Amino acid sequence: MTAADRSVDRKRWLDRAAWRNRMRDYPLIPLTLLLLALVVVVELVQPGIVDAGWVAFTVRQAAVLAILAGCQTLTMITGGIDLSVAYVASMSGFVTATFVNQPGGWVLGIGVALCAAAVAGLVSGIGAGVFRVHPLIVTLAMGLVVFGFSEVWQLQTLQSGAGVPSQLRTLGTDLTAGVIPNDLAVFVPVALVLILLLRRTGYGRMLYAIGDNPVAARLSGVRSWQVLVVVYIISAELAAIAGLVESGLSNTASVTLATPYLLPSVAAAVIGGTSILGGRGGYSGTIVGALILTVLGGILSVLLPEPWRQIVFGTIIIAVAATYTRFTGET
Amino acid sequence: MTSSATTPDRLRSGSAETLGRIARDNAWTLSLFGLLAALLVFTKLINSHYGLTSLQFTATAVVPLALAAVAQAVIVISGGIDLSVSSQMALTSCVAATLMANYPGDGTAVVIVLLALALGLLLGAINGALVVLTKVPDIIITLSTYFVWAGFALLVRPAPGGKAAGWLMGLAVGSLGTSLLPKAAVVVVVIVAAIWIPLGRSRLGLSIFAVGSNRLAAFRCGVPVNRTKFLSYVIGGLLAAFAGLSLTASTGIGTPVPEPTYVLISIAAVVLGGVSLAGGVGGVVGPLVAVVVLQLVRDDMTFLQVDPNYGLVAQGLILIGVLMVGSFIQIRRSRA
Repeated sequence: MTAADRSVDRKRWLDRAAWRNRMRDYPLIPLTLLLLALVVVVELVQPGIVDAGWVAFTVRQAAVLAILAGCQTLTMITGGIDLSVAYVASMSGFVTATFVNQPGGWVLGIGVALCAAAVAGLVSGIGAGVFRVHPLIVTLAMGLVVFGFSEVWQLQTLQSGAGVPSQLRTLGTDLTAGVIPNDLAVFVPVALVLILLLRRTGYGRMLYAIGDNPVAARLSGVRSWQVLVVVYIISAELAAIAGLVESGLSNTASVTLATPYLLPSVAAAVIGGTSILGGRGGYSGTIVGALILTVLGGILSVLLPEPWRQIVFGTIIIAVAATYTRFTGET
Repeated sequence: MTSSATTPDRLRSGSAETLGRIARDNAWTLSLFGLLAALLVFTKLINSHYGLTSLQFTATAVVPLALAAVAQAVIVISGGIDLSVSSQMALTSCVAATLMANYPGDGTAVVIVLLALALGLLLGAINGALVVLTKVPDIIITLSTYFVWAGFALLVRPAPGGKAAGWLMGLAVGSLGTSLLPKAAVVVVVIVAAIWIPLGRSRLGLSIFAVGSNRLAAFRCGVPVNRTKFLSYVIGGLLAAFAGLSLTASTGIGTPVPEPTYVLISIAAVVLGGVSLAGGVGGVVGPLVAVVVLQLVRDDMTFLQVDPNYGLVAQGLILIGVLMVGSFIQIRRSRA
C-alpha cells in the first residue's frame, strides 16, 4: 500500500459520513462511552462511591427496567409500542402477593398472574395484529382494563391481606456473595433469549421485516397477524416477570407499583438505538440504555429535589434522543 | 351509490342527495350521537331521578376532559400526538390557582386567566418547536415533556391548594340563566367554536389536515409542513390551558400531580370520536360527544351500583371494541 493510498484511507476514516455509519451500525460504542462518562460523574459527585456494591445495586435496579424495556424493544421493532407494560407488571406483582395466605400459595399466584398477563397480551395482539388498530391505543386501553381489574381484585382481597412472598424478596433484593444481584438469575436468561431471538431466529427476522415494511413482509409470506399476536403475548409475559422482580425488589405489592417505569422503559429502548418507527434496533443497546437511565436517575436523586429531578430527566431524554437522531440521521 | 338511484329521483331531491352525502361523510359522528342518545335513554331508564340537574353535573365533570380531548384532536389531526396534555393542564391550573390566591380580586383574575392561557401557548410552542427542530418522534418528545411540565407544577405548588376567583368557578356550575342549558356545556362549546371554526376556514386549518394526511404530498404542494406542525401544538397548548383553567374552576384549587387517566381518556375520546391516529381525518365534534359517552358509561355503572373500578375496565373494553369494529369495517371497505 502506498503512502497516498493510506492517506486516502485515513481521510475516509475521518469522514463525517463514515462516523455516522459507524455510529448507526454499532450504537453500543457511543452508548457505552456515555455510560462510562456517567459513572465518572457519579464518582465526581460522591467520591469513593463507585465500588462493587454500587455496581451491584445499580445492576439490580436496572434489571427490572431492562426487562420492561425489552417489551418496548420487541414491539417497537415491529413498528408498535406496548404502553400496558406498567399496569401488567404491577398487576402481576400484586396478584402474586394476594395469594400468599391462600391455599396454593404464591406459586399459584405467579401462575394466575402469568395467565392473566397472557390474556392481556393476547387481546392486545389480536387488536393490533388482526384488526390492525394502532398498537399505541390498543395497549393504552388494555392498560386501563388491567388497571381496573387490579383495583377490583384489590377490593375483593382486602380481607385476606397481601404480602410479598419471601422467595420473591430473596430474588429481588438479595445479593449472592455480596456482589451478584439475585435478580440476574431472571434477567440473564431473559436477555440471552431476547438477543438470540432477535439475531438468530426466523421469528426475530420476521419482527424486523414487519417493522421495516409491513406490505413487503406480507407479500413475502409472513403471516403478520400471527407474528404480532405472539409478540404482544411475549411482551405481556416479560412485563409480568418484571413485575414479580420489582415487587421483590421494593417489597411492596401495589396496583401502581411499576407505573413510574413506563416512560423510562420507552426511553431506554429509544436511547438504546431501537427505532420507534420500526425495523431497527436490538436488545443489547436497550440493556445499556437501561443502565444509563438507572445511573442517571441515581445521580439526579442525589443532586436534586423531586420536581427538578423530573424536569432534568425529561430534558436529558430529549437531548439524548435528539443527539442520536442528528448523528444517525434516523429516528 | 346504488344503481337504483335513477335520474328523476336525483332531480327531484337534490337536497335529499346533499343530506345523504352529509350523512355518509359524518356517519361516524352521527352514530356516536345515536350512541349518546341511547345511553341517555338507558340512564333515564335505570335511574328515574336522572334529570336536567344530573345532566348539569355530568357536563361540569366532563369539561376538563372535553377540552383536553379537543386539544389532542387538533394535534392528532396534524399527524402528531400529545402525551403531555395532562401535565400541561396541571401546570396551568397550579399557576392560575396560586396566582389567584396571592393576588385576589375579580379584575386581577382576568389578567391571571390571560396569563395562564399565554403559558399554555408557550408550553405548546415548546412542544412543537422540539418536535419540529429535533425530528425526534412526537411520542418521545411529549412523553418527556410530560415529566418536565409535571416537575414545574410541583415547583409551583408542592401540595394541592390555591384559590379560584368566584366568577371562574361560577362558569363551571349550574345552568345558563333560567334556561335548561348546562353552563359548562355552553362554555366548552363557545371556547371550542371560537378556536375551531376560524381555524377550519383558514389556510392553517387546511394545512393541518394536509400535513396530517400526507406529509410529503403537503410539502410538495408548498404547505409549510414544519410551521403547520408547530402551530398545531401551539393551538393544542392553548386548549390544554383552557382545560387546566377548567380544572381550577371546578375544584377551586390547583393540583400539581397530573391525573394519569386524562391522557389515556383524551386519546380514547379522540379515536372514539372518529379522528384517525394516522392523522388527516376527523374533527372536534366527534371527540366532544365521545367524552360525554365515556363519562355517561361511568355514571351508569355508578347508578347500577357496579364497583366503580369496573368503570375503567368498561371504558377500556368499549374503546378496544369500538376500535376493532371500526378498523374491521375499514379493512373490509378497502378490500372491496
